[in-house]
Amino acid sequence: MFHFPLLTRGFGLLVVAAPLTLVLLLGLPTLLSRPLSERTISRAVQAAIVVGLAACLVVLGLMLPMPSPRATIELGHWVEIHDYHFAIKLVFDRLSTPFVLLSFVLCGTIGAFASRYLHRERGFNRFFMFYVLFLAGIVVTSLAGTIETLFAGWELVGLSSALLVAFYHERTSPVRNGLHVWVVYRISDAALLIASVVMHHMTGAGDFSKLLGTAPWPDGVASSAITEHQALMIGLLLLLAAAGKSALVPFSGWLPRAMEGPTPSSAVFYGALSVHLGAFLLLRVSPLLDLSPWLCAAVVLVGLTTALFAAFAGRVQTDIKCALSFASLTQVGIIVAEIGLGFRYVALVHILGHACLRTLQFLRAPTLLLDYRTMENAIGADLPRTPRSWSRLIPEHLRVWCYQVALERGYLDGLLTDCFVTPFLRLFRRCDALERRWTNFLAGSPARQPRRADPAVGTIEDLI
Amino acid sequence: MTLPHLPWLELAILTPLIGAAWVLRMKVSHVARQWSAGFAGCACVCAVAAWLDFQPGGRGATEVRILGREIFKLDDFSAPLLPLAALLFFLATVATLRSKTPRSSFVRTLISEAIVLALFSSRQPWLVIGLLAAEVVPPWLELRAQGKSARVFLLHMTLFVGLMIAGQTCVTAQPGGQVPGAWGGVLLLAAILMRNGIVPFQCWMTDLFEHATFGTALLFIAPMTGAYAAVRLVRPIAPEWVLHGIGLLSLITAVYASGLALVQREARRFFCHLFLSHSAIALVGLEMGSEIGLTGALCVWPSVSLGLGGLGLTLRALEARRGRLALDRFQGLYDHTPTLAMFFGLTGLASVGFPGTFGFVGTDMIVEGAVESYPLVGVAVVVAVALNGIAVVQTYFRLFSGARHDSSVSLKVRTRERIAVLALAALILLGGFVPQPWVVSRHRAAEEILAPRDRPPTPTTRPPDPVRI
Repeated sequence: MFHFPLLTRGFGLLVVAAPLTLVLLLGLPTLLSRPLSERTISRAVQAAIVVGLAACLVVLGLMLPMPSPRATIELGHWVEIHDYHFAIKLVFDRLSTPFVLLSFVLCGTIGAFASRYLHRERGFNRFFMFYVLFLAGIVVTSLAGTIETLFAGWELVGLSSALLVAFYHERTSPVRNGLHVWVVYRISDAALLIASVVMHHMTGAGDFSKLLGTAPWPDGVASSAITEHQALMIGLLLLLAAAGKSALVPFSGWLPRAMEGPTPSSAVFYGALSVHLGAFLLLRVSPLLDLSPWLCAAVVLVGLTTALFAAFAGRVQTDIKCALSFASLTQVGIIVAEIGLGFRYVALVHILGHACLRTLQFLRAPTLLLDYRTMENAIGADLPRTPRSWSRLIPEHLRVWCYQVALERGYLDGLLTDCFVTPFLRLFRRCDALERRWTNFLAGSPARQPRRADPAVGTIEDLI
Repeated sequence: MTLPHLPWLELAILTPLIGAAWVLRMKVSHVARQWSAGFAGCACVCAVAAWLDFQPGGRGATEVRILGREIFKLDDFSAPLLPLAALLFFLATVATLRSKTPRSSFVRTLISEAIVLALFSSRQPWLVIGLLAAEVVPPWLELRAQGKSARVFLLHMTLFVGLMIAGQTCVTAQPGGQVPGAWGGVLLLAAILMRNGIVPFQCWMTDLFEHATFGTALLFIAPMTGAYAAVRLVRPIAPEWVLHGIGLLSLITAVYASGLALVQREARRFFCHLFLSHSAIALVGLEMGSEIGLTGALCVWPSVSLGLGGLGLTLRALEARRGRLALDRFQGLYDHTPTLAMFFGLTGLASVGFPGTFGFVGTDMIVEGAVESYPLVGVAVVVAVALNGIAVVQTYFRLFSGARHDSSVSLKVRTRERIAVLALAALILLGGFVPQPWVVSRHRAAEEILAPRDRPPTPTTRPPDPVRI
């Protein structure tokens, strides 16, 4: 009676079409300077998310009776010439389907929350424009069956995140932090793009099924065309991409900075979805990890280092959103270590559980003081604080040192700035000065001078 | 599509010239602007019609002969460049605000347009060289008219023309179309590097942006006539080492200019370095031996022209409101000019090949082609693109956010500017979402460009229908 492949295809397309239509619906009036009303935006967002979620549930329902729970929707080649093609393929499997469902549920909840939280805010339309761009990006990334499609979604997620960190753009600090996030994301994007092209070059296609086998996740086996050495090379590039996106060490500094954005976007991006995207990427290419024990060791090492660092730095944070961001990072580090150790299902369940819990905590964060007061009123006394006896065993000067290091977040940002950013910018500023001098010499007169000799604010050194 | 049987190519080239003669009589500047926009618009329509004529199913009347000699002829490579350049000139004229009209010379702009359109229609080496030399004259006249120093510009352009003539003389002196010797190659290499602002000959470009009006500088570089010269004059005859030399130096320029774009404290210099980096990336692809790389470069060409042309128009519109734009502090202009902010973001991201915009597939193809040929080249291109992306967003933040800008007058975008930016936005997004027809057309052009080097030329499938004048 029912043609199951056709139904799966139809509903599968609806899953992606819903957020993409939403982008067009909100984007076109914005481009024409005729933004929609708050009510229309809220309803459109809710409707599109409900449609996407329902379609995804139908696809899940259709997949469950299948012996091999994997539905592939091939949309053909978006671009195809003689020896180059850009295929668009969506894959619903044990990894992508739960992640998409999670994305719709959390984005729907937070969307409803944000429509009240940002009521009459001047940037209401702008917030939802970036928000739906993020949703489209995360859905495309999750369902991508080719590395090129994944890259397209990955970039959308990065751009929308950076712009939402700088949402309160009349202040300097959010903008500087937004740029910091963007810089790290670009490094991550560059690593992913190189990995994608190298993979494409090695297997002749960017299709995950050719690279990682056709067996449903996580039983795939990497292509025999890839040697251990090549797997290590690609894997390290992907680990770099994942580290940038998930704020793993040494890029952890951007996560607390990203808390400058509105609370709803912080909750869904850095508590739930965006911060787990690196782990998702590693899960997607997990058959590649099986090829190289060194790669697995690197993944475990990065994961555990991140977890330890975040637990250490998180203990001394003085504002609740930063404390929560480090708590998130601790869990993400553990998840990455789990992936490196081969516990793929554990990692997936860990992502789903952690994302839901952390989103709730982020949403409750603005009312934390009220919660404390309510509890204290209820018990009629201050909340009990248990002293940590083990900390007394550490010498005083060591405790102070540890406190300083944790407060400065391990000096990671300073280290990156001193080792990479400052020398890089100094080199180019010197080149610029030389070039100006040479041009002035040829012209026989000094060129128009910039208005100030030194940048006052917002240099990249300040940002990182 | 059925088009009236008109000599569209000739009309596209002659309309701006007639317009220039007509506008020359005008005394009132805003009337001159309206007439110029009208003529530029007509030229744009004719250029689009000439391109459509060239498409499969068209009449193919895209050749102009005088006394039996081919003067202008469109081919797969040049046909879409004609409407692209005409559109840029049209939009730049339309988006010129009344406050800027007294300083703008519409006559020079129309003459420049005619020269660029003629250049993109010509394939004969000496004609190309003549038109490239003529193209230099209007900006030089403007610099002189405004009393600005033209020494750097003139020095470089004189050298460029001289080297081009000397190189082409060496090439034509070779008997029987043999590959030119070392001298011809070196001279042509130096000429192309000079015209494209490739390191170490880039300083004329920043100098032009410093001294000329933004519109003039933009229209001189945005059509990328230097890259056209590289394809027409150098690529078919130059030895491999010349192509590799251009490719390598272009690669260095791409990374170097992207680094410089990051540290600029003035918007014009930022734009100039950003353009330099992107045009160098396109040039890397053009000099690449692989078909994918070359196709990618030809796909990136319009994204650079349209994306950065649009970005330039946005900066020009902001300059018209705020004067020269400093990047050493936050300007906070978003609340006053949200449309320009959005368009700045869109065009900037299009130029760096962001998904959903014109340049995405092209950039991917260049990287793919580069990795295929030399993996490290691919890495360098990715690094340049990443740095450009950072520079674009950094400048966006500096101009539109980080502060609250108070203004007693409205800075909102005007209708003419809105039309210009929306037209470009529509093209950028359309090319981003439906890239296949464009990529196929550029692939055909890439095959055509590679053909003389790889194999003897094959007869064209469509019989030519020459129009004699």
